[in-house]
Amino acid sequence: MGALTKNTHRRKKRTFSEWIKSRDGQKVLVMVAFMVVPLILLAVFTYIPFGEMVNFSFYNMKYIGARKFVGLKNYAKVFSRDDCFGALKLSLYYMGGSVVQLSLALYLATLLSFKVKGGNIFKGFMFFPFLINGIAIGFIFKFFYTRGFVFDTVLQWCGFQLDNLPYWLKDRSINNISLVGTSVWRYFGQNMVLFIGAIMSVDNELYEAAMLDGANKFQQFKYIIMPSIKTIFVLNVILSISGSLSAFEPPYVITDGANGTGTYFVVMHEIAHTQQKVGLASAMAVVLLGIIFLVTIFQKLFFKYVFKDSTQ
Amino acid sequence: MTIFEKAGKYILIFLKYLSLLFFSFVALLPVVSCVITAFKSDVEYQNTNVMTLPENWLNFDNFINAFNKAGMARAFMNSLIILVCVLLFSTIIGTQLAYVLNRFKFPGNTLIRNLFLFASMLPGVAMQISVYEIMYKLHFINSLPGYIVMMCGTDVIAIYIYIQFFENIDISLDESAIVDGASYFTIFYRILFPLLKPAIVTACILKGVGTYNEYYCANLYLQDKNKLATVATSLYTFVGPLGSKYNLICAGVIISLLPALVVFITCQKQIYSGLTAGAVKG
Repeated sequence: MGALTKNTHRRKKRTFSEWIKSRDGQKVLVMVAFMVVPLILLAVFTYIPFGEMVNFSFYNMKYIGARKFVGLKNYAKVFSRDDCFGALKLSLYYMGGSVVQLSLALYLATLLSFKVKGGNIFKGFMFFPFLINGIAIGFIFKFFYTRGFVFDTVLQWCGFQLDNLPYWLKDRSINNISLVGTSVWRYFGQNMVLFIGAIMSVDNELYEAAMLDGANKFQQFKYIIMPSIKTIFVLNVILSISGSLSAFEPPYVITDGANGTGTYFVVMHEIAHTQQKVGLASAMAVVLLGIIFLVTIFQKLFFKYVFKDSTQ
Repeated sequence: MTIFEKAGKYILIFLKYLSLLFFSFVALLPVVSCVITAFKSDVEYQNTNVMTLPENWLNFDNFINAFNKAGMARAFMNSLIILVCVLLFSTIIGTQLAYVLNRFKFPGNTLIRNLFLFASMLPGVAMQISVYEIMYKLHFINSLPGYIVMMCGTDVIAIYIYIQFFENIDISLDESAIVDGASYFTIFYRILFPLLKPAIVTACILKGVGTYNEYYCANLYLQDKNKLATVATSLYTFVGPLGSKYNLICAGVIISLLPALVVFITCQKQIYSGLTAGAVKG
């Protein structure tokens, strides 16, 4: 915006009303008129809170009432308290889940990109979970995993004995995997649609040429499909790292973080909005944003150097 | 083709359909089991296995009960108001912003794009810690308009969809209008905005589904659950004493996802293309 005002100064020979009626004036006017609202919203709901959050992290405070400056104490707590930084361990489950999810999505996208009878229906079925609201998902899976209910029944059809099955949401050795399963269930169809989009963007003539050259399906996959979606696939793998670190929804809506399922963000939410230790929660948020920021920089560098040739 | 090649081909086709059927089953099972249970009477629910089909597929008692208990009439009204306002405002500000960013070269153009992009990377749950304080200061807590204003904020995917679309509209269209003496406002609203229609439909469907399904901020900022519940947060009624009456809960869940289902069935293509467009650029 600074440059814009400079522009107006340069043309000061004309009066302001002349200038505002000129093309340049009109241009500036429309730019200001069209950008002022979105930029205010961006400032009020993103960048001001972002600054506030960093500020809060140095205080011992609630939303209302007195604040006490405590320096870096909150950060020390984040790293020393078992339920804070330790909760990041759970991200490993979610990273594992992302690998399963992306591989599954890639496999199904490949199948669906060839001629399939009823392909659109299969695609629709697998995509639909993405459109269900979070709270409904919470109820659906509380129901699904309840002892003797849906999941147990289906496993019994397959020959398992109910007595040998664990409590899917209570048993600490399995409950995080159950939760990750819901996340895979919800997003594999969406990933699949993204991959199909990338595969379809390849020129059809390539496939025809490959067929003429006698390439089989596997060769088509390796030499045509894989390169076309390499970028979006790796991008998704890296995005899944920050996604896993900030895993929140499955434990929040299904178990409420009970029985050792509280991920970093679930703990942070609880500390901020239930216990109202806003300073500590802010420090947790800042630490995680820092980590995500590093992952993103790594991603950019990775793309710059590893994918130099393929992006051209 | 030898007999082995032929056999191999059929096995592959068989495996292909087997995997598609299996994963469709996996995707549908949790929802279908809910539908089955939603049609069961209390007695039936307690005495049969959850996967046993209901006796009467026309037993809508649970749906009526759930609808009334959760105050869904009001919730649907609130969700509708939120949806209409958010879509209207975010379409106007989103297309306008995309127009300026795409058609005008000025210092700071890239900076603004990056500011929006960076904002989209910040996880919402973390941001709400301090947004909560801002909402409090603005008296936006327990206020439908306040929640709507917040939801109109940054939506990078929509902006990218619009920018991409603008890139494909020939700039000579603007130039010839300028020669004819049209103002920038006229160019935008009379010429470009109507052309943007397909992009607007796509962006609105995505944003609409997202807004309709949003529950975290709605729960945080619309605390008066009697008056200000949205469809998603009205489901919180079933937490607590009603928490084990799954025939009722499932009916509520099914009601809440019906609008998304209808939109999905009618607008599949736009949803897919919108997602793909957002992902490639973002």
